[in-house]
Formats: sequence, C-alpha cells, structure tokens
Amino acid sequence: MSTLRTSRAARFGQYLALLAYLVFLAFPFLWLISTAFKPAPELGSLHPTWIPKDPTLANFRQAFDEQPLLQAAGNSLVAALAAALIAVVIATPMAYVMARHRGRLATAATGWVVVSQAFPFVLVIIPLFLVLKNLHLINSLLGLVMVYVVWSLPFALWMLTGYVRAVPAELEEAAAVDGAGRLRTLVSVTAPLLAPGIVATALFAFITAWNEFFFALVLLKTPEKQTLPVVLTHFLGAEGVADLGPLAAAAFLATIPSLVIFAIIQKRITGGMLTGAVKS
Amino acid sequence: MRCGKRRNEVDSVSVATATKRSGGTAAAGKRPGPGRDHSAWFLVLPALIPILILSVGPLLYGIALAFTDAQSGRTQPTQWVGTLNFQDLLHDTLFWDSFRIGLLWAVGVTVPQFLLALGLALLLDQNLRFRWLARALAIIPWAMPEVVVGIMWRLVYNPDAGILNETIRDLGLGDGRDWLTGLATALPAVILVGIWAGMPQTTVALLAGLQNTPHELHEAAALDGAGAWRRFRTVTWPALKPVALAITALNFIWNFNSFALVYVLTNGGPGGRTRLPMLFAYEEAFRYGQFGYAAAMGCVMVAVVSVLLALYLVGRLKGDQDR
Repeated sequence: MSTLRTSRAARFGQYLALLAYLVFLAFPFLWLISTAFKPAPELGSLHPTWIPKDPTLANFRQAFDEQPLLQAAGNSLVAALAAALIAVVIATPMAYVMARHRGRLATAATGWVVVSQAFPFVLVIIPLFLVLKNLHLINSLLGLVMVYVVWSLPFALWMLTGYVRAVPAELEEAAAVDGAGRLRTLVSVTAPLLAPGIVATALFAFITAWNEFFFALVLLKTPEKQTLPVVLTHFLGAEGVADLGPLAAAAFLATIPSLVIFAIIQKRITGGMLTGAVKS
Repeated sequence: MRCGKRRNEVDSVSVATATKRSGGTAAAGKRPGPGRDHSAWFLVLPALIPILILSVGPLLYGIALAFTDAQSGRTQPTQWVGTLNFQDLLHDTLFWDSFRIGLLWAVGVTVPQFLLALGLALLLDQNLRFRWLARALAIIPWAMPEVVVGIMWRLVYNPDAGILNETIRDLGLGDGRDWLTGLATALPAVILVGIWAGMPQTTVALLAGLQNTPHELHEAAALDGAGAWRRFRTVTWPALKPVALAITALNFIWNFNSFALVYVLTNGGPGGRTRLPMLFAYEEAFRYGQFGYAAAMGCVMVAVVSVLLALYLVGRLKGDQDR
C-alpha cells in the first residue's frame, strides 16, 4: 500500500523486523514438529537439535497405542460438525435481521453478542452443568453440542452480520419491486450471495468447537466420550512428567485439521473480522 | 409488537439507512424492511430460544447460585445464604492472590501483545516481499487448539530437551532453567505464551484498522515533510485509536478469563504462582464441588470485566461517530 518513498536503510530495518517476527511466530511450531519425529534417545539428549538425526514415526504409533486418539478425533469431529451446522442454520436469519433492522430486537441482539464476550465461563458452566445433569446430558456429546452451538453464536452472528451488510440492499429492493415477499427475497436473492460467507462462518465455528477445551473438560467424564483436546492432556500424566515424543506427535496431529481449514478460509476470516469487528 | 406507530418509526429508520447506504432515493420506500411484518421474529426465534435457554438463562441462574450454598453431590436441599459467599470471598486470601495474578497476567499479556501486534500490522501494511509468509505464519497460533499451544510451549520450555535452554547453552549464557516450575519465572513464562497465542487476532484487527485509515492524508503529510513518527502520530494513530481501544479492552477481558493455556502449561503452579481466577474457580467448583462459592467468584470477575466492557463499548461508539 505504501507508495511513499522509503529509504534503503528503513527498508532494511523493516525486513529485519519482519524476519524477527517470522522467527518468533514460527519457532515453537517448528520445534513441535521436530520433537514429534525424534526417537526416544534424542529426546533424552541434553543437546537437542532442530533436525532429528534419526527421524522416526514411532512416536505417532506410540501415541495411538497410549490414548484413544482416533475415537477422540471422531468425537471432536461429530461435536464440531454438528455445532457448526446448527449454529450457522440458526444464526443466518438472525444475522440478517441484525444487519437490516434497526429496531429494539436488533439492538438487544447486538448487545448480547458484545456482552457474551465478557462472560467468565465458570459462571455459565456451573448452571449449565446442573441443568445438563438433570437432563442426563452430562458425559454426552449431545449436551456438549448444545453448549457449543450457543457458545459459537456470538462470533457467528458477528461475522454473518458483516456479510449481510456487504450484500447491496438495492438487490433486495429490486426483488421487492418485482413483488417478491420478504422470505422469498431472503431465500432467492440474499442467501445465494451470502453462501461464501456462510461457509466461512461454519468452518470457523467448526474450528472453534474442534479446539475447545474448557466445556469439554467439565462435561465429558469418560475417555470414550472425550474430545481430542481433553484426551491430549492425558499425555501430560499426573505429575506433569510427559512422554515428550508421543505428546508432540499427538499434538501435531490434532492441529492439522484446523490448520488446513484456516489456510482455506484465512482471507474470509480476516474479511469477516474486518467487517464484523471493526466496521459494525 | 406494541403498536403500529413504533413499527413505522423502525421502518423509517431502516429506510433512511438504506437510502444513505445506496446513496440514492430510488425504491427506498418499497424496500422490504424487517419490522413491517412479523417475519423478523420468525427469523430470530431459532437462535433466540437457544440463546435464552443456554446462555442468558444460565448466566442469571449462575448469579443466583452465588447467593446459595449449592454444592455438588450433597443430599440436603440448597439454601439461600444471602451475601455469605461474598463475605467469605473477601477474606479468602487465596482468591485475591489469584485475582492479583489474573490482573498481572492480563496486563502482562495485553500490553506487550498490543505493541508487538501493532508493529507487525504496520509492517504487513507495507509493500514488503514475504509479507504473505508473515501473514500465513501469523495465523498459526490462531488456528491451533489452546491445549496444543500449551503442550508445544512445554516442549520449548522443557529443561533438558527444550529448544530454549539449548539455545541458552549454545550462546554460553549458562545451563538454563526449569522455566515453568521456577517460582520467579513461571508467570513471565506463561505470559510469553499468552502474548504469542493472541498475536493473530490483535494483528488482524489492527491491520484492518490500518487499511481503513485515509491514505491521501498520509501522502499529504509526507509531502509536507512529516517524518514517519510524525505521520504515525498525526494521521495513523487517530484513525486507528477506536479499533486499538476496542481490541485492547476485549483482549484484556479474554485474558483475564482465560483457562486452557495455563491449565496445560502449569495447572496454576508452582505454589499457585500462575493460578488465574478461572483456574481457581474451576477447582473450587469441579474439584471441591463448591458451586455457590465458585459462582460468587464468577460474579466478582464479571464485575471487573464489565468496567472494561464499558470502555470497549465507548470505543465502538466513537468508532461509529468517526465514520
């Protein structure tokens, strides 16, 4: 964006700073990958190296042997998919109203979206725990999905409201002139234009649920029901003495889905943040 | 729906905004404004009902629980105890310790993170090569589960096999230490992780703010001979301020309420040196079953962050005015 003339020294300084940021942001992740591929003797060494001298997949095998990772990933997948789909289906019409309607309802909804960012989850999880217990939904993915849906709604609404605002109102006006009703307009004119935004929002809700830890820790009791982040903490052991190799391998695997999805929707997320968080 | 008059008001407002947005007058009166019919409610209900049942309801229930002696697995019925939990909290030095640590952590993460993210956002706003790589990398901490971030940094901090101590040894700065279990180093060590983990959101928000700043002003200032710092102070910062205020307030709130990262890194140790309020409340509620007491802690935390939230709202309102 800078069309301003920048001196060579300044440019050099900028690249140096950029390099420092790159190192700071990348090194822990590179170390995780490095650790995941190291055989046990190298992990015990006092002089660890960046590149494993004798790379191995043994840590991955051991990780799957030690903890029910596949089952946990399955649980995470089910919970995150269900939560993302439900959240988007119910959030889209509400976001439409919030974007186009300047009534009390929209104001209250916007207020809730903002206020809900400040909840300390402990104040919400205790009552939810009691309610879900009475409904026999503790240690159940269904209960967790219910919590995830509501928990992902604020951000989903935020993003979607931004996307709705980006659809020119003139198109809806034109449809109205042609005699289309409001729902008809919404379904046949607005929704198709919103589709990319809806997909991005769903993927974001998916990642949020896939990564979530606190609610899952409280609500899921038995290893067969637990999601991936909770099962990962079992690798840490009781005294925090961890088997580093399998720990790194499992942690690395758990990140891959989010990283892939994020790589796909990165532009849209930053766009959603821009329209949602800053412009609204 | 109270009466037709109210709805007409709503309609005229939405028409006015629609006209403003389209910059013209055509067809504005015929716009299918929500509020003209009842369908706004039908569109909102599918989300509103779950929100009321699973978010607003539990929040109110949680506040009510703070005034009871609710415990898990007890046979006697729960009773109202008035402000007893809050009185106990006042004298609970462990809670205030955790509260102090929570504030230290929230400030310690939010402020350096803001400065670092501002620097990165300014760099990414420039026309630099490899900018795409920085953008892509800056996203990684955001995409990772917090649990993985915690595990990853435990590997970095590991006293023997970790890269941090190895680097220290290579540089001849000593043997390094066990960062996460040292009484003096544990909190700074987790704060560094917090800074790292929250960089993307802050950077992206600031970058978005930067891209909203009027570029012509920037050039005009440069032509007038203003240096980089002066241009930043007189052009960039005034435009960025609402966004900066908003993201800082939100970051502070999120950090003050955070849990997973520190749970994985230290679980509050050593000796409670990193026991954030959420960790304390979690243990109180789900290890010792003191639901009422933990809910009271939650209420105190809400009271604190409400102040910040008010600041944030002011920032947003200002941002609207400036536009």
